[in-house]
Amino acid sequence: MIEARQVSVSIGSTRIVSDVDFIVRPGELAAIVGPNGSGKTTFLRALTGELAYSGQVSLNGRDAAKLKPWEAASIRAVLPQSTALSFPFTVREIVKLGMTGGRSGVLAGEGDRLPERALARVDLEGFAGRFYQELSGGEQQRVQLARVLCQVWAPVLDGQPRYLFLDEPVSSLDIKHQLIIMNIARDFARRGGGVVAILHDLNLTAMYADQICVMHRGKLAAAGAPQAVLTDDLIEKVFGCRLRVGAIPAANVPFVLPQSAVA
Amino acid sequence: MVDETIAGAAGVQESGRPVSGDRSGRALLAIAVLAVVLAITALFSLTWGASDASALGLVRSWLFGATPGNEALSMRDSVIVYDIRLPRIVMGMLVGAALAVSGAVMQGLFRNPLADPGLVGVSAGAGLGAVSVIVLGATVLAPLTALLGSYALPFAAFGGGLLTTIILYNVATRQGRTSIATMLLAGIALGAMAMALTGVLVYIADDRQLRDLTFWQLGSLAGATWLKIAGAGPIIILALATTPFMAKGLNALALGEATASHLGVPVQRLKYVAIVAVSAAIGASVAVSGGIGFVGIVVPHLLRLAIGPDNRYLLPASALLGACLLLLADAVSRTIVAPAELPIGIVTAAVGGPFFLWILLRKRGVVDL
Repeated sequence: MIEARQVSVSIGSTRIVSDVDFIVRPGELAAIVGPNGSGKTTFLRALTGELAYSGQVSLNGRDAAKLKPWEAASIRAVLPQSTALSFPFTVREIVKLGMTGGRSGVLAGEGDRLPERALARVDLEGFAGRFYQELSGGEQQRVQLARVLCQVWAPVLDGQPRYLFLDEPVSSLDIKHQLIIMNIARDFARRGGGVVAILHDLNLTAMYADQICVMHRGKLAAAGAPQAVLTDDLIEKVFGCRLRVGAIPAANVPFVLPQSAVA
Repeated sequence: MVDETIAGAAGVQESGRPVSGDRSGRALLAIAVLAVVLAITALFSLTWGASDASALGLVRSWLFGATPGNEALSMRDSVIVYDIRLPRIVMGMLVGAALAVSGAVMQGLFRNPLADPGLVGVSAGAGLGAVSVIVLGATVLAPLTALLGSYALPFAAFGGGLLTTIILYNVATRQGRTSIATMLLAGIALGAMAMALTGVLVYIADDRQLRDLTFWQLGSLAGATWLKIAGAGPIIILALATTPFMAKGLNALALGEATASHLGVPVQRLKYVAIVAVSAAIGASVAVSGGIGFVGIVVPHLLRLAIGPDNRYLLPASALLGACLLLLADAVSRTIVAPAELPIGIVTAAVGGPFFLWILLRKRGVVDL
């Protein structure tokens, strides 16, 4: 279980996140949504130990601030928004970095082929020999996800659930790959892990999240199941624009929702 | 193209040939080849020079000793080979390896292929430390020289390099992100300050010290003696010995400090160890051979093109190629204007300067300034 209590983050003298409580149980996919600058990424960075915070964060009952880097690495993996590189690594070399310090949880003999399997999962089969720097932004993001998957390949290890922290995992992807990546996240949760993802697409969020946390000006504006949270009032209050949940556009305007995907 | 790679990646694993995107086999081969090339270069370096002790004669004397009808090395040749050329070659290899590996480690630490101890003022800081001992060793710093003996010079150079690196890192890095523009500019500022202080020391130096300084500042292996090697060698070897333990961490660091930490790397500790090792290696090198530039940038860059940026292979390969290139540069420096000799720093700068420009032009879109 990921448990955050009264987490606040200040950068300089500015308070970016105030008093956020947050719980993710194993088997859950929690989405963090909110307008730009509402403190989503800052909160995620506090959860992953990147930023100093006040309050309490625990992973599987252990104080996150007291975990050694390699201990934390065996419990959770983190996908940043984007990763630029200055050295000419191949895609395979990047994915293999996921196996640096954590424990992927595959059988001893299968470690060698893990990068290929992870790449196949993110629909990048055959990209192993390409140079990372030559890929498009969306492809790079999927390579990074493959790296993250390598780190915590088994969602449960030694009876302990493990976690994925994903900062905008689908924001630079086309619709097909958005669905692929969200299915990977949901599958990870279904097999006993936990996922925290910052998302911008409210339709994808409604479709995949078990729990939505809405952030607004550094505070938690609402949290709960999609049906309870995504209301006209909340969207107007948080995003500052009037939208009607569940309204169907006029008959001659085409619209495509991820929910309509045929399995 | 893509189909080919898929077929390659799938078929490869079963047949045991290298996996697509995995350059470790090629890297290991390159390391083996470099080791052989270095051995050959070192052997021939023993024979290059104004005297004509031949490689063949040397090998014969090693294998058979002095046997009748098979002249061993003459007394004069033996002195030239064992007391003049051999220490010079050993020092050349140590310094070349130290410079190249320090460059590679610094580039990993700053996540940028342009970071080089010479460019960012670390060598200048180390130089200031060394010059202080040369000029003030008998007066103000007498306690230090009395205490450390032949280690005083490398130790002072190490201190100067360490101080510069720490200041540089703290100026250029904010919240785990290193600004390359800030790093290069801060390096220029620190280098200028170190040079200014060095200038003051040169100004107050006496004639004998001045002659030492001039040659030393341009960089040279000419003063190599077993005594100097005894002072600097252990420091360089110790510093180089720590680098294999940094390799995986430096690889992860390429993704940024936060991500490296998420991958389980103790980033703070890695940075401290890397900074101390680089400062020690550079300090010791500068103490014995002065400011030899560009080895730290040319060698890792060439190797990254050939075997990729994986530090597990890049670091040992850099040590070998650095040693090899410095021996070659030294051979040029002592033969091109024979019987006089050119400071080796001039040779490496003459080759390294244009090479550096070439990297800049080639990577104009990629190197993030």
